[in-house]
Amino acid sequence: MFRYVIKRLLEGIPLLFFISLILFLLMMNVGDPIATMGGRTITRPEDRERLKRQLGLDKPIIVQYAYWLAGNDWTTVDVDGDGVPDKQGTRKGILRGDFGTSLVTKKPVTELVGERIPNTLILMVAAEVVTILFAMLLGIYSALRQYSAMDNFMTTLLFVAYSMPIFFVSLASMYVFAILFKRWGLPYLPTVGMFDPQVGKTASQILSHMVLPVFTLSVPYFAAYSRYIRGTMLEVMNQDYVRTAKSKGLPRRQVVYIHALKNAAMPIVTVVGLDLPFLLGGAVVTERIFAWPGMGRLFFDHVSRSDLPVVMGILMLVAVAVVLFQILTDVFYAWLDPRIRYD
Amino acid sequence: MTAHTPSIPQLTDDLSTPPLTLWQMGWLRFRRHKMALAGVVILILLLAFSFGGTVFYSEKEANFTDTSLRLQPPSVQHPFGTDTIGRDILARTIYGGQISLFIGIISVVIETLLGILVGALAGYYGGWVDSLLMRITEALLNIPTIFLLLVMAKFFGNEIPEIEIGGRVFSGSVIVIVVIIGATSWMYLARIVRAEFLSLKENEFVLAARATGTSNMQIIFLHILPNTFAPIIVSSTLSVANAILSEAYISFLGLGVQPPTATWGNMLDSSANYLDSAPWLWFFPGMLILLTVLSINFLGDGLRDALDPRSRTV
Repeated sequence: MFRYVIKRLLEGIPLLFFISLILFLLMMNVGDPIATMGGRTITRPEDRERLKRQLGLDKPIIVQYAYWLAGNDWTTVDVDGDGVPDKQGTRKGILRGDFGTSLVTKKPVTELVGERIPNTLILMVAAEVVTILFAMLLGIYSALRQYSAMDNFMTTLLFVAYSMPIFFVSLASMYVFAILFKRWGLPYLPTVGMFDPQVGKTASQILSHMVLPVFTLSVPYFAAYSRYIRGTMLEVMNQDYVRTAKSKGLPRRQVVYIHALKNAAMPIVTVVGLDLPFLLGGAVVTERIFAWPGMGRLFFDHVSRSDLPVVMGILMLVAVAVVLFQILTDVFYAWLDPRIRYD
Repeated sequence: MTAHTPSIPQLTDDLSTPPLTLWQMGWLRFRRHKMALAGVVILILLLAFSFGGTVFYSEKEANFTDTSLRLQPPSVQHPFGTDTIGRDILARTIYGGQISLFIGIISVVIETLLGILVGALAGYYGGWVDSLLMRITEALLNIPTIFLLLVMAKFFGNEIPEIEIGGRVFSGSVIVIVVIIGATSWMYLARIVRAEFLSLKENEFVLAARATGTSNMQIIFLHILPNTFAPIIVSSTLSVANAILSEAYISFLGLGVQPPTATWGNMLDSSANYLDSAPWLWFFPGMLILLTVLSINFLGDGLRDALDPRSRTV
């Protein structure tokens, strides 16, 4: 097992290297970072040249990539932008934990991203917990009443939910739970931001602001997972050991929730583990609509301004998360299911 | 000799039904799938809406702005209401539908071609070709699509001229969006095709083709590829839904198709700001996207059941 994990980790390194190269080449051409820097327009060509040299944007792509990857403290760079390299570089490169500084805000990327990560994680973890909990309930319910009117109705409804674009869910839920509820004089939910600045960042504020974004993020996954759980539950309920448990006269509750569910839930671990990092994709849209100060919105704001260090930093974090979660999922699954051996 | 043979013709007569091809059997199974049939009907209605609607509204009307009529609620003159600069939303959903459906279909054509090419080459040749192509596939699969789409939209979307086809002017960003959606979605299909090729290339008919001196290209595209059509059709159908959604996402975020060309996606852009005062801004285009995606998903689901080569039931 240990050797397997090491092997998988080592395989992940060239993959991540490859991803970073592809993304870096893409990012090099996404537009002129100088054009939108700090909201000012730089018109004089000599200023532009100087800035380019100061930021190291005049170097060939491969050199820029090397600086980004491994830093430039082993060479001299042109700090005052007069065309003569004069000072030793200070960047350490992403391999040594230095993600660079944002071209827009001049803040270190680790700081910018670091203050956003918890906000996004709150949303993602809450969405995942809500999704799994409700998907389990509904999946088991439909599996135990296969082809009943309720099961057929839920199947259709979930198909609709699965096809719903995230923005449609969010706009519709905002309209109903915030605007219509307000109009009808019911308690309504806030739609913008993480907390009301007049009240402050209290737990109840964050909770109430979280409801709609979490709901939005959960809907498509909820639909997919409950179908999946229904399928695995149906399969397990037809197994011999479940029949044995039933014929022993065990209470139905015990058969379903202890004997069957344990084995039916295992494949879900794989799906959840592989999907978890991809929730971030949904977060880009959700966070923008609900003005939630998370990583998705940070990404969107900075990709619009061609801010390479921030965008690359976020993309690489996501890629690392995907690779790590793939390994974790495999390991966790082997631990849950003793029949699986990776040696 | 003939006297000793048992009467075989009689026996075959009892078996009666001639063997069905995969496609015939698929059609028989597809007919039973009520949801899939409903999906086909809705899709035909949607096509009729966006192409038949041109009879009632010209494109000029769809792009005609009248700021004195901004944010009008649905009425007899404007059944779907008007948008922030007074354009008629019904007319725009008609022309936007054409573009959205066009983007959905053409980008899937690109996706399918790329996916088949990569999957077939990797699966057939194996070795370093396979390793290289699959590493690229894996690398792209490791980034959530929306991130790739946004980066690519910025990558290609700097300065795009307008193009004129058949007397109508389109924003060049339509072509850009088609290309980037195609370029960011072929990975799943490539994996499916590769897996099919890996098993099919071990078959005797491939050995026979090789023995008779058939070239590699002919074996790949004429002998093996037709055997993989069923999973390709299922996957591509479902991809059309995803492509329409992708267009909607990037246009919704403002990096997609640029005005004046309407799509269902960019009609939703900024509608969140008028959520309270003008809910018709997002309701109609949003519903149309939902209906399209839903009916394509039903159709794809039906096709999956119908074209499953392992299933023998009719």
